[in-house]
Amino acid sequence: MNAHDLDARHLLCPLPVIRTQDAVKNLAPGAILRVHCTDPGAIHDIPAWCRIHGHEVLDIQQEGRDIRITLRVGSD
Amino acid sequence: MLAAKVIQEQGIHVEGINFYTGFCVEGHTHAIRRKDRARPKRNNALWVAEQLGIRLHIVDVIEEYKQVLTDPKHGYGANLNPCLDCKIFMVRKAYEWIREHGFDFIITGEVIGQRPKSQRADTLPVVAKESGAGDLLLRPLCAKNLPPTRPEREGWVDREKLYDFSGRTRKPQMALAARFGIRDYAQPAGGCCFLTDPQYSRKLADLWQARGTRAYELDDILLLKVGRHIRPAPHFKLIVGREEGENNFLEGYRKRFLHLRTRSHPGPLVLVDGTPGEADIELAARIAARYSQGRTAPEVEVEVVPREGEPRRLRVPPLPPHELPESWVI
Ligand code: SF4
Repeated sequence: MNAHDLDARHLLCPLPVIRTQDAVKNLAPGAILRVHCTDPGAIHDIPAWCRIHGHEVLDIQQEGRDIRITLRVGSD
Repeated sequence: MLAAKVIQEQGIHVEGINFYTGFCVEGHTHAIRRKDRARPKRNNALWVAEQLGIRLHIVDVIEEYKQVLTDPKHGYGANLNPCLDCKIFMVRKAYEWIREHGFDFIITGEVIGQRPKSQRADTLPVVAKESGAGDLLLRPLCAKNLPPTRPEREGWVDREKLYDFSGRTRKPQMALAARFGIRDYAQPAGGCCFLTDPQYSRKLADLWQARGTRAYELDDILLLKVGRHIRPAPHFKLIVGREEGENNFLEGYRKRFLHLRTRSHPGPLVLVDGTPGEADIELAARIAARYSQGRTAPEVEVEVVPREGEPRRLRVPPLPPHELPESWVI
Protein backbone atom coordinates (compact mmCIF):
# COMPACT_ATOMS: atom_id res chain seq x y z
CA MET A 1 0.00 0.00 0.00
CA ASN A 2 1.26 3.46 -0.84
CA ALA A 3 2.27 5.72 1.98
CA HIS A 4 0.62 9.11 2.24
CA ASP A 5 2.64 12.17 3.09
CA LEU A 6 1.65 15.09 5.24
CA ASP A 7 3.70 18.25 5.36
CA ALA A 8 3.29 19.86 8.77
CA ARG A 9 6.61 21.66 8.81
CA HIS A 10 6.82 25.08 10.47
CA LEU A 11 3.56 24.49 12.29
CA LEU A 12 3.56 24.68 16.04
CA CYS A 13 1.76 22.23 18.27
CA PRO A 14 -1.02 21.40 18.36
CA LEU A 15 -1.37 22.17 14.65
CA PRO A 16 0.69 19.16 13.50
CA VAL A 17 -1.64 16.97 15.58
CA ILE A 18 -4.71 18.65 14.10
CA ARG A 19 -3.38 18.18 10.57
CA THR A 20 -2.57 14.54 11.32
CA GLN A 21 -6.06 14.02 12.71
CA ASP A 22 -7.62 15.56 9.60
CA ALA A 23 -5.43 13.47 7.28
CA VAL A 24 -6.21 10.23 9.11
CA LYS A 25 -9.93 10.94 8.88
CA ASN A 26 -9.73 10.44 5.13
CA LEU A 27 -7.61 7.30 5.22
CA ALA A 28 -8.66 3.67 5.35
CA PRO A 29 -7.58 1.37 8.20
CA GLY A 30 -4.11 0.01 7.51
CA ALA A 31 -3.04 3.02 5.47
CA ILE A 32 0.40 4.42 6.17
CA LEU A 33 0.86 8.12 6.84
CA ARG A 34 4.21 9.87 7.02
CA VAL A 35 4.09 13.17 8.87
CA HIS A 36 6.89 15.60 8.31
CA CYS A 37 7.15 18.28 10.98
CA THR A 38 9.57 20.58 12.76
CA ASP A 39 8.04 21.29 16.18
CA PRO A 40 9.78 19.02 18.70
CA GLY A 41 6.54 18.90 20.69
CA ALA A 42 5.13 16.71 17.92
CA ILE A 43 7.43 13.87 18.98
CA HIS A 44 5.32 13.55 22.12
CA ASP A 45 1.97 14.77 20.90
CA ILE A 46 1.49 12.75 17.72
CA PRO A 47 2.32 9.40 19.36
CA ALA A 48 0.07 10.33 22.33
CA TRP A 49 -2.72 11.15 19.90
CA CYS A 50 -2.10 7.83 18.11
CA ARG A 51 -2.27 5.84 21.35
CA ILE A 52 -5.59 7.45 22.25
CA HIS A 53 -7.12 6.73 18.87
CA GLY A 54 -5.65 3.31 18.32
CA HIS A 55 -3.22 4.10 15.50
CA GLU A 56 0.21 2.56 15.48
CA VAL A 57 3.41 4.59 15.34
CA LEU A 58 5.83 2.62 13.17
CA ASP A 59 8.81 4.89 13.15
CA ILE A 60 10.12 8.24 14.38
CA GLN A 61 13.15 9.78 12.70
CA GLN A 62 14.78 12.98 13.76
CA GLU A 63 17.47 14.73 11.79
CA GLY A 64 18.33 18.17 13.08
CA ARG A 65 15.05 20.02 13.19
CA ASP A 66 13.33 17.66 10.77
CA ILE A 67 11.05 15.10 12.31
CA ARG A 68 9.34 12.30 10.40
CA ILE A 69 6.73 10.19 12.08
CA THR A 70 5.30 7.18 10.29
CA LEU A 71 2.04 5.72 11.47
CA ARG A 72 -0.42 3.06 10.47
CA VAL A 73 -4.08 3.94 10.68
CA GLY A 74 -5.96 1.69 13.07
CA SER A 75 -9.35 0.14 12.49
CA ASP A 76 -12.40 2.25 13.38
CA MET B 1 -10.72 16.04 33.83
CA LEU B 2 -12.70 15.37 36.99
CA ALA B 3 -16.01 16.10 35.33
CA ALA B 4 -15.23 13.52 32.66
CA LYS B 5 -14.18 10.99 35.26
CA VAL B 6 -17.38 11.48 37.27
CA ILE B 7 -19.46 10.74 34.18
CA GLN B 8 -17.26 7.84 33.11
CA GLU B 9 -17.78 6.32 36.53
CA GLN B 10 -21.46 6.08 35.69
CA GLY B 11 -20.57 3.84 32.77
CA ILE B 12 -21.10 6.52 30.16
CA HIS B 13 -18.92 6.77 27.07
CA VAL B 14 -17.09 10.11 27.08
CA GLU B 15 -14.93 11.73 24.41
CA GLY B 16 -13.04 14.99 24.74
CA ILE B 17 -13.00 18.06 22.55
CA ASN B 18 -10.24 20.60 22.76
CA PHE B 19 -10.50 23.86 20.85
CA TYR B 20 -7.35 25.49 19.56
CA THR B 21 -7.73 29.26 19.37
CA GLY B 22 -4.08 30.14 18.86
CA PHE B 23 -3.89 31.64 22.36
CA CYS B 24 -3.83 28.38 24.26
CA VAL B 25 -1.02 27.89 26.70
CA GLU B 26 0.60 25.01 24.97
CA GLY B 27 3.75 23.02 24.85
CA HIS B 28 5.22 25.02 22.04
CA THR B 29 6.00 28.06 24.15
CA HIS B 30 8.03 25.73 26.27
CA ALA B 31 9.65 24.41 23.18
CA ILE B 32 10.60 27.93 22.20
CA ARG B 33 12.14 29.06 25.45
CA ARG B 34 15.12 27.06 26.38
CA LYS B 35 14.95 27.65 30.08
CA ASP B 36 11.72 25.72 30.16
CA ARG B 37 13.23 22.68 28.55
CA ALA B 38 13.21 20.70 31.71
CA ARG B 39 9.44 20.86 31.79
CA PRO B 40 7.63 18.16 29.88
CA LYS B 41 6.62 19.35 26.45
CA ARG B 42 3.38 17.52 26.47
CA ASN B 43 0.07 18.73 25.27
CA ASN B 44 -2.02 18.86 28.39
CA ALA B 45 -5.34 17.94 26.82
CA LEU B 46 -3.83 14.87 25.15
CA TRP B 47 -2.23 13.89 28.40
CA VAL B 48 -5.49 14.17 30.31
CA ALA B 49 -7.32 12.16 27.66
CA GLU B 50 -4.74 9.44 27.90
CA GLN B 51 -5.06 9.31 31.68
CA LEU B 52 -8.81 8.97 31.34
CA GLY B 53 -8.56 6.51 28.48
CA ILE B 54 -10.81 8.61 26.27
CA ARG B 55 -10.51 9.89 22.75
CA LEU B 56 -9.69 13.52 22.26
CA HIS B 57 -10.58 15.61 19.25
CA ILE B 58 -8.62 18.79 18.74
CA VAL B 59 -10.52 21.33 16.73
CA ASP B 60 -8.93 24.26 14.97
CA VAL B 61 -11.07 27.34 15.66
CA ILE B 62 -8.41 29.95 14.93
CA GLU B 63 -10.46 31.71 12.25
CA GLU B 64 -13.81 31.68 14.03
CA TYR B 65 -12.26 32.74 17.29
CA LYS B 66 -11.21 36.09 15.83
CA GLN B 67 -14.78 37.27 15.98
CA VAL B 68 -15.08 36.20 19.62
CA LEU B 69 -11.96 38.02 20.66
CA THR B 70 -12.28 41.20 18.66
CA ASP B 71 -15.93 41.86 19.43
CA PRO B 72 -17.06 40.07 22.58
CA LYS B 73 -20.65 40.80 23.38
CA HIS B 74 -20.06 40.39 27.10
CA GLY B 75 -16.77 42.25 27.16
CA TYR B 76 -13.40 41.34 28.55
CA GLY B 77 -12.20 40.12 31.92
CA ALA B 78 -9.29 41.67 33.80
CA ASN B 79 -7.18 41.52 30.65
CA LEU B 80 -8.12 40.89 27.03
CA ASN B 81 -9.74 37.60 27.97
CA PRO B 82 -13.31 37.39 26.68
CA CYS B 83 -14.02 34.41 28.93
CA LEU B 84 -17.79 34.46 28.90
CA ASP B 85 -18.07 34.83 25.13
CA CYS B 86 -15.32 32.28 24.77
CA LYS B 87 -17.21 29.69 26.84
CA ILE B 88 -20.42 30.35 24.96
CA PHE B 89 -18.55 29.93 21.70
CA MET B 90 -16.88 26.69 22.75
CA VAL B 91 -20.06 25.14 24.10
CA ARG B 92 -21.81 26.15 20.88
CA LYS B 93 -19.09 24.44 18.86
CA ALA B 94 -19.31 21.39 21.11
CA TYR B 95 -23.06 21.34 20.63
CA GLU B 96 -22.60 21.35 16.84
CA TRP B 97 -20.07 18.59 17.23
CA ILE B 98 -22.24 16.26 19.29
CA ARG B 99 -25.08 16.61 16.82
CA GLU B 100 -22.79 15.75 13.94
CA HIS B 101 -21.29 12.78 15.74
CA GLY B 102 -24.35 11.35 17.42
CA PHE B 103 -23.55 12.14 21.04
CA ASP B 104 -26.28 12.91 23.58
CA PHE B 105 -25.08 15.71 25.81
CA ILE B 106 -22.17 17.96 26.78
CA ILE B 107 -20.28 18.15 30.05
CA THR B 108 -17.89 20.85 31.23
CA GLY B 109 -15.80 21.15 34.35
CA GLU B 110 -17.23 24.49 35.39
CA VAL B 111 -17.88 25.17 39.06
CA ILE B 112 -20.12 27.94 40.33
CA GLY B 113 -18.15 30.87 41.67
CA GLN B 114 -14.78 29.54 40.65
CA ARG B 115 -13.93 32.28 38.20
CA PRO B 116 -14.96 35.86 38.87
CA LYS B 117 -16.96 36.51 35.75
CA SER B 118 -17.50 33.49 33.60
CA GLN B 119 -18.49 30.99 36.27
CA ARG B 120 -20.89 32.94 38.43
CA ALA B 121 -24.29 31.59 39.34
CA ASP B 122 -25.86 34.11 36.98
CA THR B 123 -23.50 33.49 34.06
CA LEU B 124 -23.67 29.69 33.91
CA PRO B 125 -27.23 29.79 32.53
CA VAL B 126 -26.10 32.42 30.01
CA VAL B 127 -23.59 29.94 28.59
CA ALA B 128 -26.24 27.22 28.33
CA LYS B 129 -28.75 29.54 26.71
CA GLU B 130 -26.61 31.54 24.29
CA SER B 131 -24.64 28.54 23.10
CA GLY B 132 -27.86 26.85 22.08
CA ALA B 133 -26.98 23.76 24.11
CA GLY B 134 -29.69 24.59 26.66
CA ASP B 135 -30.33 21.80 29.12
CA LEU B 136 -28.08 19.39 27.25
CA LEU B 137 -25.21 21.10 29.02
CA LEU B 138 -24.36 19.32 32.26
CA ARG B 139 -21.78 20.47 34.82
CA PRO B 140 -21.14 17.32 36.85
CA LEU B 141 -19.04 19.10 39.49
CA CYS B 142 -21.74 21.56 40.53
CA ALA B 143 -24.88 19.99 39.07
CA LYS B 144 -26.54 19.63 42.45
CA ASN B 145 -26.53 23.40 42.83
CA LEU B 146 -28.29 23.85 39.50
CA PRO B 147 -31.69 22.85 38.21
CA PRO B 148 -31.74 19.29 36.78
CA THR B 149 -30.75 19.14 33.14
CA ARG B 150 -32.22 16.81 30.58
CA PRO B 151 -29.58 14.07 31.05
CA GLU B 152 -30.56 14.02 34.74
CA ARG B 153 -34.30 14.18 34.19
CA GLU B 154 -34.24 11.43 31.62
CA GLY B 155 -32.10 9.26 33.84
CA TRP B 156 -29.13 9.12 31.45
CA VAL B 157 -27.04 10.11 34.45
CA ASP B 158 -27.69 9.65 38.13
CA ARG B 159 -27.99 13.11 39.67
CA GLU B 160 -27.32 11.68 43.10
CA LYS B 161 -23.80 10.79 42.02
CA LEU B 162 -22.99 14.30 40.82
CA TYR B 163 -21.45 17.03 42.98
CA ASP B 164 -22.26 20.36 44.57
CA PHE B 165 -18.92 22.14 44.52
CA SER B 166 -18.89 25.90 44.59
CA GLY B 167 -16.59 28.82 45.24
CA ARG B 168 -12.94 29.38 44.65
CA THR B 169 -11.57 26.69 46.91
CA ARG B 170 -10.21 23.70 45.09
CA LYS B 171 -10.05 21.45 48.11
CA PRO B 172 -13.08 19.29 47.22
CA GLN B 173 -11.71 18.83 43.71
CA MET B 174 -8.36 17.76 45.10
CA ALA B 175 -10.06 15.31 47.43
CA LEU B 176 -12.13 13.88 44.59
CA ALA B 177 -9.03 13.59 42.41
CA ALA B 178 -7.31 11.71 45.20
CA ARG B 179 -10.28 9.38 45.49
CA PHE B 180 -10.03 8.61 41.80
CA GLY B 181 -6.33 7.98 42.24
CA ILE B 182 -5.39 10.91 40.02
CA ARG B 183 -2.06 12.03 41.34
CA ASP B 184 -0.90 14.62 38.87
CA TYR B 185 -4.02 16.73 39.14
CA ALA B 186 -3.16 20.24 38.12
CA GLN B 187 -5.58 22.70 36.77
CA PRO B 188 -4.27 26.18 36.15
CA ALA B 189 -6.00 28.67 38.42
CA GLY B 190 -5.12 31.57 36.17
CA GLY B 191 -6.88 30.38 33.07
CA CYS B 192 -6.32 28.33 30.03
CA CYS B 193 -4.96 30.88 27.64
CA PHE B 194 -2.51 33.72 27.16
CA LEU B 195 -5.28 36.29 27.08
CA THR B 196 -5.44 36.22 30.88
CA ASP B 197 -1.79 37.22 31.02
CA PRO B 198 -1.43 41.00 31.56
CA GLN B 199 1.81 41.27 29.66
CA TYR B 200 0.48 39.33 26.71
CA SER B 201 -2.68 41.42 26.64
CA ARG B 202 -0.61 44.57 26.64
CA LYS B 203 1.26 43.38 23.59
CA LEU B 204 -1.94 42.48 21.83
CA ALA B 205 -3.51 45.86 22.64
CA ASP B 206 -0.38 47.54 21.34
CA LEU B 207 -0.55 45.56 18.11
CA TRP B 208 -4.17 46.51 17.57
CA GLN B 209 -3.48 50.13 18.32
CA ALA B 210 -0.45 50.32 16.03
CA ARG B 211 -2.37 48.76 13.18
CA GLY B 212 -5.54 50.73 13.76
CA THR B 213 -7.55 47.52 13.53
CA ARG B 214 -8.23 44.50 15.68
CA ALA B 215 -7.63 42.12 12.82
CA TYR B 216 -4.85 39.59 13.40
CA GLU B 217 -3.32 36.49 11.88
CA LEU B 218 -2.11 33.39 13.66
CA ASP B 219 1.53 34.40 13.13
CA ASP B 220 0.91 37.79 14.75
CA ILE B 221 -0.39 36.25 17.93
CA LEU B 222 2.27 33.55 18.07
CA LEU B 223 4.98 36.19 17.75
CA LEU B 224 3.52 38.02 20.74
CA LYS B 225 4.49 35.03 22.86
CA VAL B 226 8.13 35.34 21.96
CA GLY B 227 10.92 37.80 22.72
CA ARG B 228 11.11 41.31 24.08
CA HIS B 229 8.82 43.68 22.24
CA ILE B 230 10.10 47.22 22.07
CA ARG B 231 8.21 50.06 20.41
CA PRO B 232 10.24 53.25 20.08
CA ALA B 233 7.60 54.91 17.87
CA PRO B 234 4.07 54.16 16.71
CA HIS B 235 5.19 53.13 13.22
CA PHE B 236 7.61 50.37 14.16
CA LYS B 237 8.52 47.87 16.85
CA LEU B 238 11.33 45.43 17.47
CA ILE B 239 11.07 41.82 18.52
CA VAL B 240 14.31 40.84 20.23
CA GLY B 241 15.06 37.18 20.87
CA ARG B 242 15.93 36.58 24.52
CA GLU B 243 17.88 33.41 24.07
CA GLU B 244 18.76 30.72 21.59
CA GLY B 245 15.40 28.96 21.53
CA GLU B 246 13.61 32.22 20.79
CA ASN B 247 16.17 33.22 18.18
CA ASN B 248 15.60 29.89 16.43
CA PHE B 249 11.88 30.47 16.48
CA LEU B 250 12.26 34.02 15.13
CA GLU B 251 14.56 32.67 12.39
CA GLY B 252 11.51 31.08 10.85
CA TYR B 253 9.98 34.55 10.38
CA ARG B 254 13.02 36.47 9.26
CA LYS B 255 12.13 36.48 5.56
CA ARG B 256 8.95 38.36 6.32
CA PHE B 257 10.57 41.16 8.28
CA LEU B 258 13.45 43.51 8.01
CA HIS B 259 15.82 41.94 10.51
CA LEU B 260 19.07 42.64 12.27
CA ARG B 261 21.83 40.54 13.67
CA THR B 262 24.99 41.60 15.47
CA ARG B 263 28.07 40.43 13.62
CA SER B 264 31.06 41.55 15.68
CA HIS B 265 29.62 40.01 18.85
CA PRO B 266 27.17 37.18 19.58
CA GLY B 267 23.71 38.65 19.99
CA PRO B 268 20.02 38.25 19.39
CA LEU B 269 18.07 38.11 16.18
CA VAL B 270 15.89 41.22 15.95
CA LEU B 271 12.82 41.48 13.73
CA VAL B 272 11.50 44.93 12.86
CA ASP B 273 7.77 45.16 12.34
CA GLY B 274 6.25 48.25 10.73
CA THR B 275 7.65 50.92 8.44
CA PRO B 276 10.90 52.17 9.93
CA GLY B 277 12.87 54.98 8.26
CA GLU B 278 16.65 55.17 8.01
CA ALA B 279 17.12 56.80 11.43
CA ASP B 280 14.81 54.19 12.95
CA ILE B 281 16.91 51.38 11.51
CA GLU B 282 19.99 52.89 13.06
CA LEU B 283 18.22 53.09 16.41
CA ALA B 284 17.13 49.47 15.98
CA ALA B 285 20.76 48.52 15.34
CA ARG B 286 21.82 50.30 18.52
CA ILE B 287 19.16 48.42 20.47
CA ALA B 288 20.27 45.11 18.93
CA ALA B 289 23.82 46.00 20.00
CA ARG B 290 22.59 46.82 23.50
CA TYR B 291 21.24 43.26 23.87
CA SER B 292 24.34 41.63 22.40
CA GLN B 293 27.46 40.56 24.19
CA GLY B 294 29.05 43.74 22.88
CA ARG B 295 26.82 45.91 25.04
CA THR B 296 29.82 47.52 26.76
CA ALA B 297 31.97 47.78 23.62
CA PRO B 298 32.36 51.22 22.00
CA GLU B 299 30.98 49.90 18.72
CA VAL B 300 29.16 46.85 17.45
CA GLU B 301 28.80 45.76 13.85
CA VAL B 302 25.21 44.98 12.95
CA GLU B 303 23.96 43.38 9.76
CA VAL B 304 20.72 44.84 8.43
CA VAL B 305 18.78 42.53 6.13
CA PRO B 306 15.85 44.16 4.34
CA ARG B 307 12.89 42.09 3.22
CA GLU B 308 14.04 42.61 -0.32
CA GLY B 309 17.44 43.73 -1.49
CA GLU B 310 20.97 43.35 -0.30
CA PRO B 311 22.03 43.13 3.35
CA ARG B 312 24.33 45.85 4.60
CA ARG B 313 26.37 46.45 7.73
CA LEU B 314 26.34 49.31 10.20
CA ARG B 315 28.80 50.12 12.96
CA VAL B 316 26.96 51.61 15.90
CA PRO B 317 27.52 52.35 19.58
CA PRO B 318 25.19 50.21 21.73
CA LEU B 319 22.28 52.20 23.13
CA PRO B 320 22.98 52.91 26.82
CA PRO B 321 20.24 51.50 29.09
CA HIS B 322 19.13 54.97 30.27
CA GLU B 323 18.35 55.92 26.68
CA LEU B 324 15.93 53.03 26.37
CA PRO B 325 12.89 54.25 28.30
CA GLU B 326 10.69 51.78 30.11
CA SER B 327 7.75 53.04 28.13
CA TRP B 328 9.16 51.53 24.94
CA VAL B 329 9.04 48.04 26.37
CA ILE B 330 5.63 46.58 25.75
S1 SF4 C 1 -9.01 31.86 29.81
FE1 SF4 C 1 -10.18 30.16 28.92
S2 SF4 C 1 -12.30 30.88 28.91
FE2 SF4 C 1 -11.00 32.68 29.18
S3 SF4 C 1 -10.66 33.45 27.13
FE3 SF4 C 1 -8.96 32.09 27.59
S4 SF4 C 1 -9.59 30.08 26.76
FE4 SF4 C 1 -11.42 31.36 26.92
